[in-house]
Amino acid sequence: MLHRLTIAELTARLARREVSARDAMQACLDQVARVDGDIKAFISLSPTDALAQADAADQAIAAGADFSAQPLLGVPIALKDVLAVKDQPLNCASRILGSFTSPYDATVVTRLKAAGAIIFGRLNMDEFAMGSSTENSAFQTTRNPWDTSRIPGGSSGGSAAAVAADECIASLGSDTGGSIRQPAALCGCVGLKPTYGRVSRYGLVAFASSLDQIGPFTKDVRDAATLLEVISGHDPRDATSIPQPVPRYTQALTGDIRGLRLGLPKEFMVGGLDPEVKRAVDAAVTHLQSLGATVHEVSLPHTDHDVAVYYIIATAEASANLARFDGVRYGARVEGADPLEMYGNTRGAGFGAEVKRRIILGTYVLSSGYYDAYYLRAQKVRTLIRQDYLRAFEQVDAIITPTTPTPAFRLGEKAGDPLQMYLSDIFTIGCNLAGIPGLSLPCGFAKPSQPSTLNSQLPIGLQLLGKPFGEETLLRLAHAYEQSTPWHREHALCPPANPCMSDTPPD
Amino acid sequence: MSAPDFDIKYVAHLARLKLSPEEETQLGAQLGNILGYIEKLKEVDVTGVEPTAHAFPMVNVFRADEVRPGLSNDDALRNAPKRASGLFVVPKVVE
Repeated sequence: MLHRLTIAELTARLARREVSARDAMQACLDQVARVDGDIKAFISLSPTDALAQADAADQAIAAGADFSAQPLLGVPIALKDVLAVKDQPLNCASRILGSFTSPYDATVVTRLKAAGAIIFGRLNMDEFAMGSSTENSAFQTTRNPWDTSRIPGGSSGGSAAAVAADECIASLGSDTGGSIRQPAALCGCVGLKPTYGRVSRYGLVAFASSLDQIGPFTKDVRDAATLLEVISGHDPRDATSIPQPVPRYTQALTGDIRGLRLGLPKEFMVGGLDPEVKRAVDAAVTHLQSLGATVHEVSLPHTDHDVAVYYIIATAEASANLARFDGVRYGARVEGADPLEMYGNTRGAGFGAEVKRRIILGTYVLSSGYYDAYYLRAQKVRTLIRQDYLRAFEQVDAIITPTTPTPAFRLGEKAGDPLQMYLSDIFTIGCNLAGIPGLSLPCGFAKPSQPSTLNSQLPIGLQLLGKPFGEETLLRLAHAYEQSTPWHREHALCPPANPCMSDTPPD
Repeated sequence: MSAPDFDIKYVAHLARLKLSPEEETQLGAQLGNILGYIEKLKEVDVTGVEPTAHAFPMVNVFRADEVRPGLSNDDALRNAPKRASGLFVVPKVVE
């Protein structure tokens, strides 16, 4: 079944002309039709457009296209609804953008298209990337394919669920405080947040401009390396993108991690860590040692302040970035007698509760009289947090942690308490503040105490954090671990009533 | 414990957000709670520490002052809630 393949597996078959791009795209569309009624990963998609792109890819292959020049030729990839694709809807899972269609392509989209990818569908997310469960979408709630009574994580919940449910071969999401790594962990796939500035943010609807990065969701580490290679690189249109050359990330997957030094931050192994998560991560560390890595304790003394610093800086930046949604030039305007009234009405009607919460918090911490006590102070503590990581990287090559304190929680469990939701980001947030790269990959499963399906098991994610522009080391470590463990070969089960339960395994 | 002077009506006005009375009450309480948590930042000694605005600050990222293609007038207006004569139409700004 073609939708269950990885990028590497599919492109090999396409190159050998064993299957067509149309077959692969149709297989994904069929899977969406089978399971998305339950999973609800997609806000929208156009089968006609997707198949037309597939036909174009088939024509290119027939004309002798070179897969080394176009490594994604014919591969169906879906995108989080926060990335601009020309002539496709762009909503950020919010009502305020109304029927907006994008007049331009994000740089990452231009790069994906140049690599031959088929770009289809708008994937669900927390509104304006604000959330950790995808429960803040104005449109629908996405469910975890491993247990549909649970969240897929957020804010890129749709991107993670779609890959885990084999609705697409890979997807892109964005990560500001963990929004790629956390849903990847909860949905059992690979998620990578590049070093800040590695990937252009042109065409990414901005949440927090000093924290946001775009990154891949894939079924295995090799695919993540492939996608990272395609989307990375300096972009003159993003003044924060760094002019660092892009290495051939796929060549970092040597399988040899002997002598690599792993750091375990003592402040991370705290109370509130689910015992099964601790067990799985401890086992992963031991396994990595057996492959030749060495383990050292490191200290990140300001860890306890990560969440507070993040929720000041990110909300402050968000309050500025979301000021543009005022009903003047685009979106669902609500009229008023004068512009001020129009802004208030439009934004009051168009934004959801979490977005309003964060805009108000951000506005407050930047306001006159409070700027020094909150925003400026948070920026100084951010310096201390960043220095903690850089100091640790003088002794180790990568830092290893659980990605989340618990496996996926139930829908509605934390929705009523915003602060509890924020605290669940505790392991992922420091990475964005420091600007360093981070990757999550599957490291085992937890058995829930009250299973809701026959084969209930919930994925657990292992997080690797690297030096600035240290993605090669992360990929090498992750790949070596993955290839000597069984987790990546398991695919999520669909709800019992759904035919995909009897799906035949990949050929 | 919550921040002493948090006036949700004022901040919502700064943010150009119209809130219902229920929203004001609920958001006010939730934000008070969050601000109470954030107070812990006051414990940190930040003497002599420079603020970080960006992890990798880029300075003077300029390009040559040359005209380049941008969005056409039509593309810029394609999502306009109200348009006329190649312009966005808004409520009266000036008395």
